[in-house]
Amino acid sequence: MIISRRSLITSAALGSGLMLSGCDKLAENPQFAGLLNQGEKLTFRVQRGLSERAALAPEYSAAQMSPHFRTNGNTLPASDDYAGHVTENFQYWKLVVDGLVATPLALSLAELMSMPKRTQITQHNCVEGWTAIGKWTGVPLGLLLKRANLRPQAKYLVFHCADDFGGTPYYESIDLIDGFHPQTILAWGLNDAILPVGNGAPLRLRVERQLGYKQAKYVMRVEAVESLDKIGHGKGGFWEDNINYEWYAGI
Amino acid sequence: MTMTTVDESTLKGGDLVKRHRVSTRLWHWLNVITIFIMIMSGLMIFNAHPRLYWGQYGANYETPWFEIGHNAANTHGMVMIGKYMFDTTGVLGLSHYADGSTNAHAFPGWITLPEHYSLTMARHWHLFFAWVLVLPWAAYLLVSFFNRHIQRDLAPTRAELKPKAIWQDIVDHAKFHFPKGAAAIHHNFLQKLAYLGVLFGLIPTMILSGLSLSPGMTAAWPWLLWLMGGRASARSVHFICMSLIIGFILVHLALVVAVGPYNEIRSMITGKFRLPKERAPTLTSAQEPAE
Repeated sequence: MIISRRSLITSAALGSGLMLSGCDKLAENPQFAGLLNQGEKLTFRVQRGLSERAALAPEYSAAQMSPHFRTNGNTLPASDDYAGHVTENFQYWKLVVDGLVATPLALSLAELMSMPKRTQITQHNCVEGWTAIGKWTGVPLGLLLKRANLRPQAKYLVFHCADDFGGTPYYESIDLIDGFHPQTILAWGLNDAILPVGNGAPLRLRVERQLGYKQAKYVMRVEAVESLDKIGHGKGGFWEDNINYEWYAGI
Repeated sequence: MTMTTVDESTLKGGDLVKRHRVSTRLWHWLNVITIFIMIMSGLMIFNAHPRLYWGQYGANYETPWFEIGHNAANTHGMVMIGKYMFDTTGVLGLSHYADGSTNAHAFPGWITLPEHYSLTMARHWHLFFAWVLVLPWAAYLLVSFFNRHIQRDLAPTRAELKPKAIWQDIVDHAKFHFPKGAAAIHHNFLQKLAYLGVLFGLIPTMILSGLSLSPGMTAAWPWLLWLMGGRASARSVHFICMSLIIGFILVHLALVVAVGPYNEIRSMITGKFRLPKERAPTLTSAQEPAE
């Protein structure tokens, strides 16, 4: 029994080693990697099929909030422009809404804050596995899109950000279903205070049915486009372009 | 196992009988691949945030109930469960890759997919093979209800459910006494319990806790988070179920080896199983007059 147990463990370890190197080789094959990527498309279709268009992400009570909402990713954009805005308290900063819109907008923070607002206590779900519950206040993105008169060709919304990784600016994108979702807001407040710089001041996207990396911080410009092909490397976001994260981050 | 209407009373040790249906055999070997990929890619995903919490939320400010980490000097790996700490240098928290370089992630490279840290690739593997796990599982359940595999072969009989019979089965397992002859055609009670537990317990809990980690799914089905007691709990449940599945696999393999690997593995490939011979006749029975 001892011998067979030992041989069992050895062969299991050997098997896993062989399988592992085999799997890693397989994943280097572009066709197989492409096949694995099909999982994202299937998941996207099924999740959208199962969800009402406006199905809400769960909202929580004030008692359920994380005592500390951690920061992550970039916590202070490096550009001089951004540093200037911080010293001026974002007084002269403006959000640009352009691209495939009939009425391009340039709105100050004060203007955004005077628009109808939505406050929601929701869960931030990082792709890494940690979660935090926070209270976000901001302007529903759908209101801005209506005010800008989206052209019929527009299919995606691209969020251009002030922060960068090694000189490459951060950006993210969502489709119009998420763009007009009632919980999709451009947040200027976190936990009843003005959004701190570490969490994306002056404005960050909240798209509550997706993972953390979709929640673009330091949003400077919202661009309506027909296709994501010509933005960045064409995959719809900084992490999507650079390390092949899924564009649909619903899981 | 009783696929043909063979009169079981005529069967004896040494006979070759049909044991596993083709649906069972296909699903078994598919799972051999799928479960390993799911576990190994899952361990890599765990490496991205090697801490588990209970409740609705959990991040670095919160106290985990389970953590794999290493000291600041990168000399010792450790595992923390509740208030207990274990030194796991070399295996968990701090290990070495095949080329000798240091791996400061929670699970070592020889058990993760891919070998070197990549949350992206682990997610691609995990979220693709999740479909390969779920769809055939659902299909197997359907097929097994319609061909009555579950009702006939897996559901415990009334006789098996008697406390005395259950105790006898436990004692037999502890002594490594396994059924011989015609009695070996059927699963025994503990076997049925293990298979039913995986089929209707572990795999569904695995699927539901996995779906609870998806913000897209919890918007569509908010009851998932209610069922799991929160997203952080769901991640803990997912991890615990994975550990139980590993436990099942280890016991399963050990029993295959103990009972007879050749016969067992053949029965899972060809479906044919040779009934184990009855015990050699004892002195008393040998003295009985031979007819």
